Parts: sequence; C-alpha cells; structure tokens
Amino acid sequence: MIPCAMLRMPAHLTAQALPFASRGPRTSITLSEVFPTHGAEAAAAGFVLSQISMRAGPLLWIQDRLARRETGRPFLAGQASGRKPLMLMQLSRPIDVMAAVEEGLRCKALAAVVAEIQGDPAAVSFTAMKRLALRAEMDGVPCWLIRQGASVDLSAARDRWRIAPLPSAANPDDPRAPGSPRWRVELFRSRGGRPGEWVAQYERAQGDGAEDRLDLVAAVPDGTLAEHAAAGGKHAAR
Amino acid sequence: MERWQNMQQRAGNTLPDDLPLALVGDGAQGAVIHAVNRAAHLAGVCVGARLTDMRALCPTLKVDFADPQGDLAALRRLALWARRWCPWTVADDWGADGMAAHGVILDTTGADHLWGGEAAMLADMEGTLSALGHEARLALAPTWGAAWALARFGPVRAICADSAALPVAALRLDGETVLLLKRLGLRRIGQLADLPRLSLARRFSRAGPAQNPLIRLDQLTGHLAEPVSPPDAPPVFRVHARLAEPIFDPTHHLPGLCAALCDQLAKMHQGARRLCLTVYRTDGTVSRIEAACARPSRDPAHLAFLFRDRLERINPGFGFDLISLEALVAEALGVGQVDLAGGAESGVEISHLVDRLTARFGRAALARIQPVASHIPERAEVLAAPMAGLPDQVHSMADRPQRLLDHPEEVRVLYALPEGPPAQFQWRRRSYLVARYQGPERIAPEWWQDRPGTRLRDYFKVEDEAGHRFWLYREGVPGDGRGGAPRWFLHGVFA
Repeated sequence: MIPCAMLRMPAHLTAQALPFASRGPRTSITLSEVFPTHGAEAAAAGFVLSQISMRAGPLLWIQDRLARRETGRPFLAGQASGRKPLMLMQLSRPIDVMAAVEEGLRCKALAAVVAEIQGDPAAVSFTAMKRLALRAEMDGVPCWLIRQGASVDLSAARDRWRIAPLPSAANPDDPRAPGSPRWRVELFRSRGGRPGEWVAQYERAQGDGAEDRLDLVAAVPDGTLAEHAAAGGKHAAR
Repeated sequence: MERWQNMQQRAGNTLPDDLPLALVGDGAQGAVIHAVNRAAHLAGVCVGARLTDMRALCPTLKVDFADPQGDLAALRRLALWARRWCPWTVADDWGADGMAAHGVILDTTGADHLWGGEAAMLADMEGTLSALGHEARLALAPTWGAAWALARFGPVRAICADSAALPVAALRLDGETVLLLKRLGLRRIGQLADLPRLSLARRFSRAGPAQNPLIRLDQLTGHLAEPVSPPDAPPVFRVHARLAEPIFDPTHHLPGLCAALCDQLAKMHQGARRLCLTVYRTDGTVSRIEAACARPSRDPAHLAFLFRDRLERINPGFGFDLISLEALVAEALGVGQVDLAGGAESGVEISHLVDRLTARFGRAALARIQPVASHIPERAEVLAAPMAGLPDQVHSMADRPQRLLDHPEEVRVLYALPEGPPAQFQWRRRSYLVARYQGPERIAPEWWQDRPGTRLRDYFKVEDEAGHRFWLYREGVPGDGRGGAPRWFLHGVFA
C-alpha cells in the first residue's frame, strides 16, 4: 500500500490549503503561471477555475487569437455550479493580452484575471511578468497565466505550475464511462511555498447544497508522513 | 425618402433618378411600402400597399428598409434647426398614414416681417430646405389645423387660403372616420361646417380628437386653441480651451477640460455617455476622436483616461489653437454614495474597467457570456454587452465540457458499429484510442430555427488511455434519409 497524504476539502479552500506545507504564512494573491502539457489545456482552465472560486465578483478571461483557435473558449455550461459572471476578451496579439491583463488587475472588484497565451511570444518577457506580479500583489487581484505550448524559461511568476491529464477516476454508475477528472499537478517553483506534486481529483457537486471540491493526493510518497501514518495507524489528514 | 437618398449619397453609392425605389416596413401581412421616389411613383407604386403587389406592378423596384425611429429623430432635429425663422417650432408627428404625413409646425407670429413678409419667408424656407436636400410643401394659416390642411391639400405656398373646398381628410382624422364621413356623403370641409353643430356633437360625442370631426373643425377655425409648445433644445455640455499659440499635443489641457465638463454635468445632474474631443487646426481643418462610457460618468480622471492612448491618433497638422470637449450623449446621474469604508460600489469599478478596455481595444473585443436556454451547445450561450445584467441562471446538471471549439472540427473515426461509440479517432494528425466512453446523448435539432434537413447529433464523452477527455458527436444516424453516411465532429474538450 502506498502511504499518502489525502487532502479532501471544498475547492474554494485549496488556494490557501495547498501550500500548507510552506514555512509560515504567505499571500496567496499573486501572479501564477500554469504550463499545461499538450492536450491538458482544458485541465489547466479547470484547475485555475477551481483555485479562484473563493472571491466575489466577475472574472475577466483574456485569450489571444491562437489560443482560442487551438483550444476553444471557456464554455459556460461546463463550469462549476457556483460559477460567476464571466467576461471574455479576445485579442489578437499577445502584447495586447499583457496590456489588458495589467488593465484588469487595476480593478479591485474583479475576482481574478486569467489570460491564455499560446507559445513563447516576445511580449511575455521577464519584465512584463514582473509588472504583472507587482500589480497583482499591490491591488490584491489574483492573476493566472495559462501558457499553452510554452517553454519553461525565466519568469517572475511567484507560483509556477505544471499540469498533465491522468485517466479519470472510476465512474460509480458505469464502469465503461469516464468518471471525475484527475490531473497530475506539479508546483515546481514557488516563492514562499514548498514545491510538490499532487494527483488532483475534481468532483462536481451532486446536490444543490453541496460544493464542488478538489481532492489532492501527494503523488510522491512522503517519508515523514508515511512514518507518521504507520505510527498513528491512520492517514494523516487535514 | 430624401434622408435615405442623402445617406446613400454620403456613402458614395448614388443611384440614378430613373430607378424606381421604395422603402418598406413591417406590416400585418408582410412588408408594406413606406416611401417611394418619383420614378416609382410614376410607375404606379403607392405608399401603404404591400410590397409583393407592387413588385408585380413594377418588377425593377429596388427595395430597402425604412427607419421610422431615425426619421422621427431627424424630424425633431429639423424642428430645432427651423428656429432660424422663429422661436416657436415643434415637430408634428401626427399622421394617419405613417411618416409621409409628418411635418414641422412653426408659429411665425411676429417673425415674418423680419424676412420681408410672409410670401418671401415661405420662399426662403423652400429654398433653404431644398438646399438641404428636402422637398417641402409649405403653407401659412392662422391655426395649426388650417396650416396642416393647406400644406397637404392646398395650393403651393398657400397663404391663408380658404379651406372649405378641401377634402375631409385634411382635418387630421384617422382613416375610419374619413371613410365614415365619405359614406355619409360629406366630402368637403365646407359641407361638414354647414351641418348643425348639435347633430355632429351628438354623433361623435365620445370620440377622441382623431375621430371627432367637430373638435378638428374647431381647431381648424380657431374656436379651439391649439398652441405650439416647443420643446427645449437639449442642453449642450461643451467646454473650450483657447490657446495663445498653436500646439501639437493636447495632453496637458485634457485634465482641465474634463474637470470643467464634469462641473457642467454635475450642475445638471447628468453623466456623460459619449464624449468627443475636437481640435481646430490652424490650417482650417478639424480633427476629432470619440470615446464612450458603459454607464454615465462625471469622474474627471476617468474621462481623461479614456482618451489617454488615443490622443496620438489626432492629426495635429501645423498645430491647433482651439480644443473643445463635448459630451455628445448625457444621461441622468444622481449623486454617488460611498460606503462606510470610503470605497465606491463595485459596479462603478467594473464599468470603469469596461470603459478602459473598450476604449483601448475596441468594442468587439470584450463581451460577457450569458447562458441561454437551448440544448444545442453553440446556442447555449451568447456574447452580450459587457455591462448587461445577469439573466436567470439556466442551470443543468448535464455533463458539459470545459472548453468548446468555435467550430466543430471533423474527425476520422473507426467504430465497431455504425450506431455505436467510436473506437479510435484521428484529430489534428494525432490518433487517439478510446479507452472509455459515455453516451450517446442525443440532441435533436431545433425545428423552429434550424433549416429543414438538419441532422440530429449523438454526443459521446470519450477518454483515451492517457487521460484526454473529448466531446465528440456523430451528425445523424445511418439511414435517416438526410444525406449519406454520418460524419463525426469533435466539439469540446473536458477538463
């Protein structure tokens, strides 16, 4: 049996709970980058949405033209049950996307700003990222960049994630059908938090009162936790 | 009609005069002719007839849509413009048969001697209006009703002519009453006036002015007062900066202009919706840029911000010495309230953000996604205006993908059974082996808006061995008689 730490919590708590392994508190409102592997762009969008669902206000979603053509647009009916108003912006040039993100971060009433950029354009430079990070932390609006098909180079993003699809969980109703989506989520660079790797499972709410939730299981067995679990005779849970 | 011709001329596609033209609007049984040009009139096309009948009469008829709202707005502007002759002008939008009957009423009492007499004033009006491209029928009479009747049914440029010989339709009555009077044998106003008042009053005692010939007759003769009450011209919010020396960059003057404009707006409790910045260049030309707000605003910093990145688009030429900032459209705006923490409400911040983004990237770039009650996925949401209110949430528990492709992409599919799920498919030159699937979920076409022959869709949620989850559909079923073998499309991607 693989000893593992099982985190089970409503989706809107994970943004604070994920870096619980970090030393000391830190601000979770900052600039984060997500690098989906090929074919995991929708998974990245779902993961980002599960991370920002705790704030009130509309969501500004900005896409560049290539990202929209390659991976489509967010589909409202496919979002979680507690979805918020979605303002969609489509721009053709990545440099416009960066300018629009910075403009959006000035508005404190937004829940978050999410931008999707395809490839490695020159506009997404270290300086531009640094501007966004400072702006996000100053105004307290989370900012997420989904870098589709990009190479992982130097960046000023405070948290950097990598996400890959995994075969879904078993469907309780039909063994031949896919169940709740699962992803391999890796926080490979983080300021203030400890990098780690998790297997995330997203469960949609079944009833009206229930909330969607994201379960995270550490992908790599953690020695200390394993000893602790063996000693305690139960899973370390939080 | 003439407004339409002017618009066409401005757009650069002038049509020859001998081409029959008609503007149509919606009627109870199909399109109805609203206005015709001279060639069409000579060909026998008449206003108020159905378009199909007139097409049979005149096959070469060229047709465009009428714009009654725009016509009415243009008429109101024309009424204000007509204050050049006298201070009391009003747009007269009463008409039994649509726009053709509309006009402008001017109360020229005490103003005609300034133009050299009544006849000279009418001639001046006709000349000025024809210079604008408008054909005008003018008449001068002591009352509103008489002037209305003479302008439409009297001689050219009639001045206080006798109205007894005019038909009863000149009394501003609606069609049914005119028909009734004709059946009673009353064809002229004179015949109506000769009748005893008591019998007319008894016959039409309960009718409103448009159905009551007696009221209209009294208005015509002046027994019943019908004063001209002109509307006030809308206030103009405009500020200027006159400069001693020509400059090239208006940036430094913009905050002051915005503050002055906002002071003007605040006095009238208005907020600007559309702004126009005009610079008057020393070489005699004018260049302008416009900006718009999502909700009325009189925040100087915000208004100045809307022009920030666009001042470069002004072509300064050899410099300009006069800058004017005008609120083209203003709406009522009360005094804003701040909450206890000192912050404004969040709706204002969002609207300011929308303004900044649309001012910079254009109006088409930003939209708010709104759900629509439809089972067809691409119709289940629309892109609404960014500040549109939220409708009732259309919530379904159906499993829908996270991402939807703008256009479904055709995939090549291997399957065990033609009606069954896919076994393997190829999308964007990459092959996927289906490990698990869910479906089919059948979505039938919406017969009330789809073309006949549209095929139904069977949606499958499939997952390959690596964990990629897609939303595929098969268009139609084999042997449904609507085309050949069904094709497969990939429509969305699951998280």
